[in-house]
Amino acid sequence: MAEHRPLHRPLASIEAVESGLASQGYIASRQIATAVYLAQQIEKPILVEGPAGVGKTELAKAIAGWRGLKMIRLQCYEGLDEAKALYEWKYAKQLLYTQILKDKLGEVLGGAETLHAALDQLHDFGDVFFSKEFVEPRPLLQALEQPAGCVLLIDEIDKSDAEFESLLLEILSDFQVSIPELGTVAATVPPTVILTSNSERNLGDALKRRCLHLHIGFPEQKLEERIVESRVPGISEKLRKQLVGFIHDVRNLDLKKQPSVSETIDWARVLVLLQASELGHEMVKDTLNVLLKYESDVEATLPHVTTFVANALRQNLFG
Amino acid sequence: MKENLHRFFRAARGAGVRVSPAESIDAMRAVAEVGLSDRTILRDTFLLTLAKSEDEKKALGDCFDLFFAAPELSQPSAANDPSEAATQDNAPGIQSSSGEPTENLGPLAEMLLSQDRAEIAAAVANASSAASLSDIRYFTQRGLFSTRVLEAMGIARLRDDLDELTASNPALAERLQAATEALRENVREAVSQALLLYGREEAENLRNEILRNAPLSRIEPRQIEQMRALIRQIARRLRERYSKPRKRQRRGHLDVRRTIRRNAAWGGVPFLTAWKRRKRDRPKIVALCDVSGSVARVSDFFLLLIHSLHEVVSDVRSFAFSGHLIEVSEILESKTAEEAMAEIMSKVGFGSSDYGGSFADFERQWMESVTPQTTVIVLGDARSNNLDPGADILRRISERSKRLVWLNPEGRMTWGWGDSEMPRYQTFCNVVRQCATARQLERAVSDIVATYQ
Repeated sequence: MAEHRPLHRPLASIEAVESGLASQGYIASRQIATAVYLAQQIEKPILVEGPAGVGKTELAKAIAGWRGLKMIRLQCYEGLDEAKALYEWKYAKQLLYTQILKDKLGEVLGGAETLHAALDQLHDFGDVFFSKEFVEPRPLLQALEQPAGCVLLIDEIDKSDAEFESLLLEILSDFQVSIPELGTVAATVPPTVILTSNSERNLGDALKRRCLHLHIGFPEQKLEERIVESRVPGISEKLRKQLVGFIHDVRNLDLKKQPSVSETIDWARVLVLLQASELGHEMVKDTLNVLLKYESDVEATLPHVTTFVANALRQNLFG
Repeated sequence: MKENLHRFFRAARGAGVRVSPAESIDAMRAVAEVGLSDRTILRDTFLLTLAKSEDEKKALGDCFDLFFAAPELSQPSAANDPSEAATQDNAPGIQSSSGEPTENLGPLAEMLLSQDRAEIAAAVANASSAASLSDIRYFTQRGLFSTRVLEAMGIARLRDDLDELTASNPALAERLQAATEALRENVREAVSQALLLYGREEAENLRNEILRNAPLSRIEPRQIEQMRALIRQIARRLRERYSKPRKRQRRGHLDVRRTIRRNAAWGGVPFLTAWKRRKRDRPKIVALCDVSGSVARVSDFFLLLIHSLHEVVSDVRSFAFSGHLIEVSEILESKTAEEAMAEIMSKVGFGSSDYGGSFADFERQWMESVTPQTTVIVLGDARSNNLDPGADILRRISERSKRLVWLNPEGRMTWGWGDSEMPRYQTFCNVVRQCATARQLERAVSDIVATYQ
């Protein structure tokens, strides 16, 4: 491991991570920055859990952008298996080559006098068809083969089958995979691995043990304001404060799906497009569907809009 | 520092966070990277490396705060009375004026008289590790460990000193007496804190172990809440065990259609084979619960358990009966456990049970809900008050269903005694079990779910 170290740009400190991510427009809380810093220092994958839309996937993108690394993404779904995640033999190519090389094979084997000798000769180049040439690398293998290292994002791991987790274990702990015909492929530079999960099912202990576990919840008001500021540059400070205050009120309601950061940003963009200077009842009611994704949620929120808007406006007065 | 980290890991385990050796190694490497200077960063680091779920993060956060809370040392009471300045003046005064007796004093007595708080705290900490205080598990061990810590500090010598001083220098003896009391107080607090840190899990395990084996029908009202918590815990465990996707590859049967489709790219030459998969059913459960008299409590917990298994069972319909039978699924789904049980009781509870009549009610209205995939569970003591047992109806239910399971809170010995119709019912049941404690309840439900796997 020691010889890889010089290739890494060492991270100076947690603050450096924070400002680095901020340069990509990702405002990280202290905990997130600590996780990224530690993942780099002790070479561990990060397992990120949290509700949808709080920036789990964005985190991987931000790290890749900031460190100038390639990002390789593996989207998990039910039924994802080795052939789609790790590698696959190029069957068609193998077939084609055997067809084309038929004559050549005949020539080579023609010299052999006995069946036994032919078999021996065949053994000599038998491995040709199971060489690197014919391996189709899928995301996981690609990630290991990047000469400069990369950010590997394994998205929504909870959607995959339990067996798939076991497949990941070797990669996550040793940054290597075993291909029966080729042997073990180890990473030239260990990739930064981010796994995300929506907690749809409980992940296995073996997987969790190999990762740093980061839980991203809804951000605090101040942090969310900064996020909106960085993502929606055109928005006035007044509107920003009111908007975030309003959303924090909405999150206290008992809703099917609470609005998360991505909805906040969408809503802020909408309000900027509508050239709003501050929150108004009518405007909020008209654009509530940007924020809430279920009809029942919208209905549950409508009666509270007046109070929440008043709250948000008042909040603005006292800063 | 390493020692301290190890003690913290032990405390974390005590708080219910599963810390494996590998994780503790990770945590130590991480701590080496971030250093110990910033407390919030240290806390984040532990949360990242050790806790692997939201619950664990919360537990570990609390544990961290408790562990690294600077132990609040109550000052020796002598120092409380006069102002700080006076104490400062007094301290050297004692040493000079009573120079001769001090020389005979043991180190502990001197330390107490010098009123150096930091030194005393350090001494308590040292003595605690000498007495292996972190091994404390139960609250009954508090006295034992306090004594051990005090002995490690040299309380025996202190007592001798105290006796001598009472004779030679009563004023100083009084001061020392007060300081000793304060020291005892300190040690007691240190022990209580240690118990809080290291003993929590054991205490909880012990309590749960007792609860698990206690007869459900006779638990005390104050334990009902704890029992509910235990039942929820059991439900969670069953969910985790059985909610994995129920798909199993059945090698040996080729799925011809899927194979041809998958290999279309290379002219139908079958490079990749597809095998038939069998999807497993989730259990469908119809539960008939006797809610009369002593069986009511068991039914209560049983219904709570069955209805918290949403991820594992696809369909549960529950019925409660004593004199007659009603469906209670909706009540259980829409209300909290307490309210639901109260409502069920007000509707059918506390009558004398009539099994025959109740089975007849079920056959008349809900017989079609029993399909060949359904497991029917009857929970009751089979005491039919010498009324018609309705065994023929039970036979028809048994024939329609996949399995018929009877759970009886009474011991096997009493089956068939008095008005118990158990032997007659038993012939139509696939499984008959005694089910009086939480442990037996867990077993029974676990077996029912497992037959579908």
